[in-house]
Amino acid sequence: MNEPRFPLGAAVQIRRAWPPGHVRAPWYLRGCSGSVCHIVGEFGNPEEMAYGRYDGTKLMLYRVRFRQSDVWPDYAGTPQDTLEVEVYENWLEPAQAEAAA
Amino acid sequence: MALRINISLTHTWAMTMDKNPHMRRHHDMGGMEAGPVDRAEHDYAPWEKRVDAILRLLSDPKRRILRVDELRRGIEDLGPGAYDELSYYERWIASISNMLIEKGVISIDELGRKMAEVEARHEAERAKGGTT
Amino acid sequence: MSDSHEHSHPHGQPHPFQPDIEDTPLTHHQLLELAVGELLMEKGIFTGDEFRRTLEDIDSRNPADGAKVVARAWVDPDFKARLLTDTISAAAELGVDAGTIPIMTVENTPDVHNVIVCTLCSCYPRLLLGLPPDWYKSRAYRSRVVREPRKVLAEFGSKIPDSVEVRVHDSTAELRYMVLPMRPEGTDGLSEADLAKLVSRDCMVGVTLPDSPLK
Repeated sequence: MNEPRFPLGAAVQIRRAWPPGHVRAPWYLRGCSGSVCHIVGEFGNPEEMAYGRYDGTKLMLYRVRFRQSDVWPDYAGTPQDTLEVEVYENWLEPAQAEAAA
Repeated sequence: MALRINISLTHTWAMTMDKNPHMRRHHDMGGMEAGPVDRAEHDYAPWEKRVDAILRLLSDPKRRILRVDELRRGIEDLGPGAYDELSYYERWIASISNMLIEKGVISIDELGRKMAEVEARHEAERAKGGTT
Repeated sequence: MSDSHEHSHPHGQPHPFQPDIEDTPLTHHQLLELAVGELLMEKGIFTGDEFRRTLEDIDSRNPADGAKVVARAWVDPDFKARLLTDTISAAAELGVDAGTIPIMTVENTPDVHNVIVCTLCSCYPRLLLGLPPDWYKSRAYRSRVVREPRKVLAEFGSKIPDSVEVRVHDSTAELRYMVLPMRPEGTDGLSEADLAKLVSRDCMVGVTLPDSPLK
């Protein structure tokens, strides 16, 4: 397995990009910051697999945890509620703002 | 300071989305407004399970004719109207059919002919039951 | 979209592949399904036997397999640790073949309550829990549970205390998820089989909690 670009605990942000096509980074998380809570491993890129291209370079897949209050400006639950999603490395960049401690 | 920056980042896409609703694809529905969850369940009809079985066979390691990613892409590309009007397995079989045509596994011509044959057979069997 | 013939002939002979509603015309999509299936078999892509066996496998999967795994995890801490590390291997120890798509088990604790969704489609641990319920695939659930999980859980009758973190897992990529609920109060001395009976499908998705016999 290649070295993951982001280690466990890394503060990461989902890129704010809006391409068409088969994308697995949900719209509601684009531009949101969270932290890497699990490194899942390398998998085929769904953005290629979905179009019949099975043998391309694999991508590292991470699980990223977000605070709900960082995702929804009007989040009505409690401050410690979270969201965890799997994100492929091509959608992640280092968080631009310091994740709130 | 950090918290304020985070809030303005999350607001940015929300405001952009209002001007460009097509940025969000129809199936990508996390966070959208919706009514109460209807907990009623239906038993899966045999035809629905057969669709599931067809997909499992096409995508299994022995065959790898269709990937789940392709099924999903095909469903997403059905577009908002079909996505909302068709039932879950109707979307699946629509996607599977389109994908198989695209890949040349079946041709449009033979699919059309087979559908007509199946329909005629079905109607003949219904008719065999005799009059009311 | 669907053909609408106005026949009213009664039930005919069973079709070789047993269409469900012999009394009515086939819909466009039912026709597609039958035609695609027949063509694929004619082309040798799969056999009738493989088709039947796959259907039987689909029918054999139900939440009891997940419940069995949960009950064992409740009584055996080492098994639980293995379950959290590698769910498929742990399930195999109990004779459950949960396939090859990785499944991650997320554990409810006094501090964290987990809920599962797939906002993008309907990813679900089918080989451990069977086919998902309609609501899991519905617009309402997929849209709302990531944004207002506590309200959605309340619609299922579940009130999670404010002191507990609600953690929503959106199955966006390769993993499927199962919730390992907390063992309810008042279950000391219950057999594993009786413990498994307390574990419903809904509590392995995270929208409900297992009942306590004390209630």
